[in-house]
Amino acid sequence: MKTVILGGTRGMGRAVARALVERGDSVFLLGRQSSDLEKCAKDLEHRSAGQAQVPTAICDLEDPSGFDAALDAADEALGGFDTVVITAGLFGTQEKLEEDPEFARRMLTVNFTNTVVFCENVRRRLLERGGGTLCVFSSVAGERGRKPVVLYGSSKAGLSRYLEGLDHRDREKGLVTICVKPGFVKTGMTEGLEPPPFAGTPEQVATRVVRALSRGEPEVYTPGPWRFVMMVIRCLPRFVMRKVGF
Amino acid sequence: MAADEGAVAVETVPGPTRRPILPKMTRPNSPPAASSRNGSPPPRLSGWGRLFQPGRQVLSEDLERLTEGAVLCRGLGRSYGDSSLPPASHPEVAGTTLADRILDFDVTSGRIRAEAGLSLFELNRLFLRKRWFTPVSPGTQFVTLGGMVAADVHGKNHHQKGCFGEHVRSLRMRIASGEIVTCSEEENRELFLATIGGMGLTGHILEVEFALEKIPSPWIWCESERIRDIDDFIRGLKEAGPDWPYTVGWIDCISRGSSMGRGILQKGRWAHPYLAPSKPPAFKKRFTVPFEFPSWVLGRPTVQAFNTLYYWKHVSRFQKGILHPDSFFYPLDMVNHWNLIYGKHGFTQYQCVMPESSGRGAARRFLELLTSKGGASFLCVIKDCGAEGRGMLSFPKPGISIALDIAVRPDTPQLIDALNELVIREEGRVYLAKDAFTRPEDFAAMEPRLAPWNQVRRRWDPEQRLKSAQSIRVLGDSE
Repeated sequence: MKTVILGGTRGMGRAVARALVERGDSVFLLGRQSSDLEKCAKDLEHRSAGQAQVPTAICDLEDPSGFDAALDAADEALGGFDTVVITAGLFGTQEKLEEDPEFARRMLTVNFTNTVVFCENVRRRLLERGGGTLCVFSSVAGERGRKPVVLYGSSKAGLSRYLEGLDHRDREKGLVTICVKPGFVKTGMTEGLEPPPFAGTPEQVATRVVRALSRGEPEVYTPGPWRFVMMVIRCLPRFVMRKVGF
Repeated sequence: MAADEGAVAVETVPGPTRRPILPKMTRPNSPPAASSRNGSPPPRLSGWGRLFQPGRQVLSEDLERLTEGAVLCRGLGRSYGDSSLPPASHPEVAGTTLADRILDFDVTSGRIRAEAGLSLFELNRLFLRKRWFTPVSPGTQFVTLGGMVAADVHGKNHHQKGCFGEHVRSLRMRIASGEIVTCSEEENRELFLATIGGMGLTGHILEVEFALEKIPSPWIWCESERIRDIDDFIRGLKEAGPDWPYTVGWIDCISRGSSMGRGILQKGRWAHPYLAPSKPPAFKKRFTVPFEFPSWVLGRPTVQAFNTLYYWKHVSRFQKGILHPDSFFYPLDMVNHWNLIYGKHGFTQYQCVMPESSGRGAARRFLELLTSKGGASFLCVIKDCGAEGRGMLSFPKPGISIALDIAVRPDTPQLIDALNELVIREEGRVYLAKDAFTRPEDFAAMEPRLAPWNQVRRRWDPEQRLKSAQSIRVLGDSE
């Protein structure tokens, strides 16, 4: 596979990028900071099965005007990519988002609007070449409206619905859409939060995502137990959700 | 006390000045000292021995940002006591494990530069199949490069290759002033030598550069031998030293009398390609201890049964064959969270080195004292050490090192005191990365190098910004 990863310098994206180069895939990294990108690319090169080159380009989800140039660069370097993985996004605790409305606005824009704009760009490109895979990291936080993740959860809920719709419409045309819904994963993003039971590691998530990429699964809960946890939470009636604190 | 004129210096210290150490630590089951705002208990941290203290860890991929203003870094938390725990006055450590990128690797020389949070597990996973291996490996692969430098770890090849610090080319560090500097033999040498074995107290290690070693195959040729007693053991280790790059012994430290110090001596080397399987070693399935065992599980009868079984499992006196490198280097890594078997009170490891000058009898005297005090241990490891390393506070020195796990009981501090007393008399010393109970006056008596090391440390950190729970407990730092 020739994969473009947006967000591959950190957390789960970094783990996915590593898992892909280790099995011999070509990877192109998109990220915000050139020095960080360079170090990550070097790291991936040293981990790759062969002595693959990992090219990079700047791309910031806060700046949609750069999307085209970044994807052009990726296309050129990889000779036409067939897979795009998006793990980038912003996170803030409900408290922090309420205290800082400007940050809340940025988070909502990045996680929903700009991610969807980026996906649309990728969708057009992939459909033109007969299809491919678009794998986007949403979150279990978007499954129900919940007290501790009102804002963050709503951004991910919107994203999940968009990806679901896309998968229904374009799978026939060859575009496979994968919506990854990680539960609590111990990364820099969730630092400072008390890990609940079934907290996962980025490596666990990466292994699962790579499997989903090969199989084209439309929806992935990871780590595994979260599928059942969310199944229960999705079934809880409204009056129960109102009572409980999670 | 005053009448006890014949005793050595440490014994004449009047009892009351020896402050009790045990009650300072909070136990997993003890009620939290104070509750945070939302009613949940305050966060706690512990080393591998599970002796908890208040503290939290902050993680980030961006180690440079993370170490700004930090008092201490923590890797995978495999030091047993309080080396990786923050001081009570600033209960936050910078966790390095997400900063784990390989920044440079030279395929011809094996020279590698990586961020301090890279684990040895990851390094082995990536490089063993390419026939590269770390020049020195401790007994677990769940350690970070930063931790390996800070504790100046040693391994089964110490008699030939010395400590990990001998193989480090350079370090990139954030020092107490906030500045980022590089240090090596050529540049900031003083800082370099104080950092090797300096328990992370001289500055935050950001990047480590060292050289991997080319190996003929990724499999181990191992020969092992059942040994009758401690004297044979020391003789066996010494004899194997010149021919075998890796040697180590496991001792049944419960047996007394004529079989005191019986055990299994293991010798290993990388297998020749024509002897080794053609496949690279597969990833070994690991067990996980699912929950904290009740404390009685690891009582004396269990340990005795285990030790006897383990000794006689080695049915024929000599055994040899090809071993998976994980089974040879990291037998305990087969079980995840094995520290849970020691129950809610946790455990400590006591590791000391007795110098060659105190003779072969030192190990025997140590075991005699241990068995007379009723110290029972699953794991007692004996190893002959080679030359002292260049790290200013590096643990090993020529002689015999003994390491044993001790479940924490109310009388554990007294046991450690008694063992320390003997070690001081034999002019040995203990290993800070394992220690949880040594008193500052005892450590100072063992460690004449402490004062010069502290001087260097003060030059690089005049305001004493960097400290750990351990440095306050043992090294005399102010709170």
